Amino acid sequence: MAKNSKVIEREEVVIRFSGDSGDGMQLTGTLFSDTAALFGNDLSTFPDYPAEIRAPQGTVGGVSGFQVHLGHSEVHTPGDYSDVLVAMNPAALKANAKWVKPGGTIIYDSNNFSDKNIEKAGYKNDPIAEENLSGYNIIAAPISQMVRDALKDFGLDPKSVLRTKNMFALGMVYWLFSRKLIYTEQYFDKKFAKKPEIAEANKVALRAGYYYAETIEALSPVIKIEPAPIARGLYRNICGNTATAWGLLAAAEKAGLNLFIGSYPITPATGILEELAARKDLGVKSFQAEDEIAGICTALGASFAGNLAVTSTSGPGLALKSEAIGLAVMAELPIVVVNVQRGGPSTGLPTKTEQADLMQALYGRNGECPVVVIAASTPHDCFTYAFEAARIALEHMTPVILLTDGYLANGTEPWKIPSMKDLPEIKPPFADPKEIPFMPYKRDSENLARYWAIPGTPGLEHRIGGLEKTIKGTVSYIPENHELMVQMRAGKVAKVAARIPDMKVYGENSGDLLLIGWGGTRGYLMTAVSELQAEGHKVSLAHFNYINPMPLNVAEVFGRFKNRVVAELNLGQFADYLRMKYSDFSYRQINKVQGLPFTIREIKESCIKILEEK
Amino acid sequence: MEEPRTIKYTPKDFKSDQEVRWCPGCGDHAVLNSVQKALTELGIPKEKFAFISGIGCSSRFPYYMDTYGFHGIHGRAAAIATGVKTANPELSVWDITGDGDALAIGGNHFIHAIRRNIDINIILFNNEIYGLTKGQYSPTSNRGLMTKTSPFGTVEEPFSVGELVVGAKGKFFARTVDSNVTLSTQIYIEAARHKGTSVVEVLQNCVIFNDGIHEVVTGKDVREERTIILKHGEPMIFGKEHDKGLVLDGLKLRVVKLGEEGYNEKNILVHDAHEPNPGIQYMLANMKYPEYPVALGVIRSVDDHSYEADVENQIETIKKDATIKCMDDLLMSGSTWTID
Repeated sequence: MAKNSKVIEREEVVIRFSGDSGDGMQLTGTLFSDTAALFGNDLSTFPDYPAEIRAPQGTVGGVSGFQVHLGHSEVHTPGDYSDVLVAMNPAALKANAKWVKPGGTIIYDSNNFSDKNIEKAGYKNDPIAEENLSGYNIIAAPISQMVRDALKDFGLDPKSVLRTKNMFALGMVYWLFSRKLIYTEQYFDKKFAKKPEIAEANKVALRAGYYYAETIEALSPVIKIEPAPIARGLYRNICGNTATAWGLLAAAEKAGLNLFIGSYPITPATGILEELAARKDLGVKSFQAEDEIAGICTALGASFAGNLAVTSTSGPGLALKSEAIGLAVMAELPIVVVNVQRGGPSTGLPTKTEQADLMQALYGRNGECPVVVIAASTPHDCFTYAFEAARIALEHMTPVILLTDGYLANGTEPWKIPSMKDLPEIKPPFADPKEIPFMPYKRDSENLARYWAIPGTPGLEHRIGGLEKTIKGTVSYIPENHELMVQMRAGKVAKVAARIPDMKVYGENSGDLLLIGWGGTRGYLMTAVSELQAEGHKVSLAHFNYINPMPLNVAEVFGRFKNRVVAELNLGQFADYLRMKYSDFSYRQINKVQGLPFTIREIKESCIKILEEK
Repeated sequence: MEEPRTIKYTPKDFKSDQEVRWCPGCGDHAVLNSVQKALTELGIPKEKFAFISGIGCSSRFPYYMDTYGFHGIHGRAAAIATGVKTANPELSVWDITGDGDALAIGGNHFIHAIRRNIDINIILFNNEIYGLTKGQYSPTSNRGLMTKTSPFGTVEEPFSVGELVVGAKGKFFARTVDSNVTLSTQIYIEAARHKGTSVVEVLQNCVIFNDGIHEVVTGKDVREERTIILKHGEPMIFGKEHDKGLVLDGLKLRVVKLGEEGYNEKNILVHDAHEPNPGIQYMLANMKYPEYPVALGVIRSVDDHSYEADVENQIETIKKDATIKCMDDLLMSGSTWTID
């Protein structure tokens, strides 16, 4: 392959592939990420697609995008603004032009910019002029025509030919970043082993794109991003939903229990059920329930029977599961409820991200009904926190709600593969078969967990259920007993705090401003704080994964900063929670509810504004 | 060495230390006795029984059984029981429910448990009323029934339990009367032995809010004339004098008198509970007084795949040829790369 003559090195770059939801942009982005990861770049990706499988062709609503951020140093977010935008049609340009950095590169399929398509996208005139893109590096490539020419001898039908447009575009991008084609070619050889002509067509389109970019010197100089200085070890790419599923599997293995998942398909959580359904090799029992309620109720039944039981869902599904979570609280059975948050309320924005289910997770049930709530903060740490959720559920005999979000669920990043031997053991408090009669609500004196007596064990026959009971399991309406049991259940959840790590601040231990976040926003907040620190500001980050209970040192950490600013993708739910829990402090807020993540710029601007106040 | 455990039980072995709190005269007492009696006949160790219930008078049942028990939430017993059985197929799982619990709030779980044919035994106490909430009409209340929420009579068509079971592709349906302990015990034994979802409808009397609702067919003086106890392989004959039978007249069932119109024991329909085609069983399950006698006994009992067994088999088959045997294998699978 020809060498690129002029080359510059860059620290990082953001590329966004966008087209109609049928244009194969998700695959294109994934293949590009894989190549970058194998090259040794750190990266983070974000697929952004419409809820409709095939939204009306050529409309802005039907645009599907995939953003990749790769770097020579650590990458924490998929990036705010892109250096390169690939727009397969006018609608894709319309949806994404405002997210391209000034002077960035825009590649578009000029054959697809017909008057009809331009109008469909909502433009009146020439889109390039209308978007005011004169200062940009615009590459109008006749992609459709060129794949037709390149594949004219293949004897494929016109539709199949046009399906390789995305590979042509990918080839162009590979040239821009001087990447090898080999990994992508291998992918096609494997994927279409039984249809070699399709594999060949895609490879030809890919190479045609690469050479086309070279011929027109699409970008001069070519950009090179050296591999990132990442810790040594074995790596793989992983998305949040798969990491969540694997964390649960790892916990089941560590606890020596069978894993049961009862779930109902719902965007963006379905990937967890799908991954676990495929894991029959590890003995997973996956149950696709008739509804959300049956999802959690079958899981509760499996928990009663002695499995590590899980249900996965998204916001509206969590609402439907509320009553059964209450039953799990009352029956004191271990269960993990994974809520992959999406934009709400109601059906809301199914494919977009938000952090607005926090209060629902904490309080959305009848009665005094505390559960443990934890949140993952990157695609790969979904593994860690899913494992933690299961560990806490099993060892403390309590439901645990694990919050992730649509962004983590579908986003991918390289992950240093852990070894099972490095994960902690999980020891559920099984009842002693010799201690007869078994008292269902007798508790461990230290952490207040009750003991788990598994059906099938002789002598431990007992009854549990949603009615209030005495320690012996007798139904009881005695006022004092109810109050005692309410306090015991609350105390049990509070005691989990003793088994979680202290809050560690990112940055200096004291300063002018403590940025506070939780869950999936960590990468953005961390990058913003790093940049603010580099600019000389005394700013640190406190990012929460344990929401209920919270680490024991929170008040102490908060007290060391002049200002506390809570940044979250809702109207201020965590801020209000902190006001209730740690009322000695005042809190400022940065909020966004657009179905989109923060941009680093907006976090920084808000922080600087607060820092500049007198 | 542990001594080998005896599995010879008496009904008393299944009684818990809890005081039974149903109303005096409630049909539930008799159901409890029949079930406890049936369990002694199954040869299953006590610790392998799990009784799961939803909400309603009947759903207090697990508290009175000295077995593993889980009193759930309204309508969800079938789902919870499905989870228990799928997690541990070795357990004998019983779902205790009522007409409101199973057919109104829990209708979805009820039909889907049946469709999957998971091996649980559902005992549906049908008293055609909401008892625990003190007297509102239920999905099995007859049109016109006056209750607290239908003071001028219901204008709703009731479900027929058997019809719903067949419609949901059910493989086992039986009907009994609460007070008939002998018949009930036999039916519970058959339900337990049937592999797949067994549904037993119990015509149960609510002595407070719907007293005597089944009396018109189950009353002592009339029951032999107004009910028919079906037995697999036996002719469908009923009546105090064993003088009436059922025949197929065109596409409908008809009650005939033996010795009239040329009918005798030989040309009366013979009950086939094992016939996969539910046509005649469906008609039998739907028979209503006064046109017909109400059918009791095991109406349909057909062997088929059961969900939990298929789940286990699939896992075993896949495990055999799997390259991923443990979590470390999975973590290292697919495309990985090394950073030096």
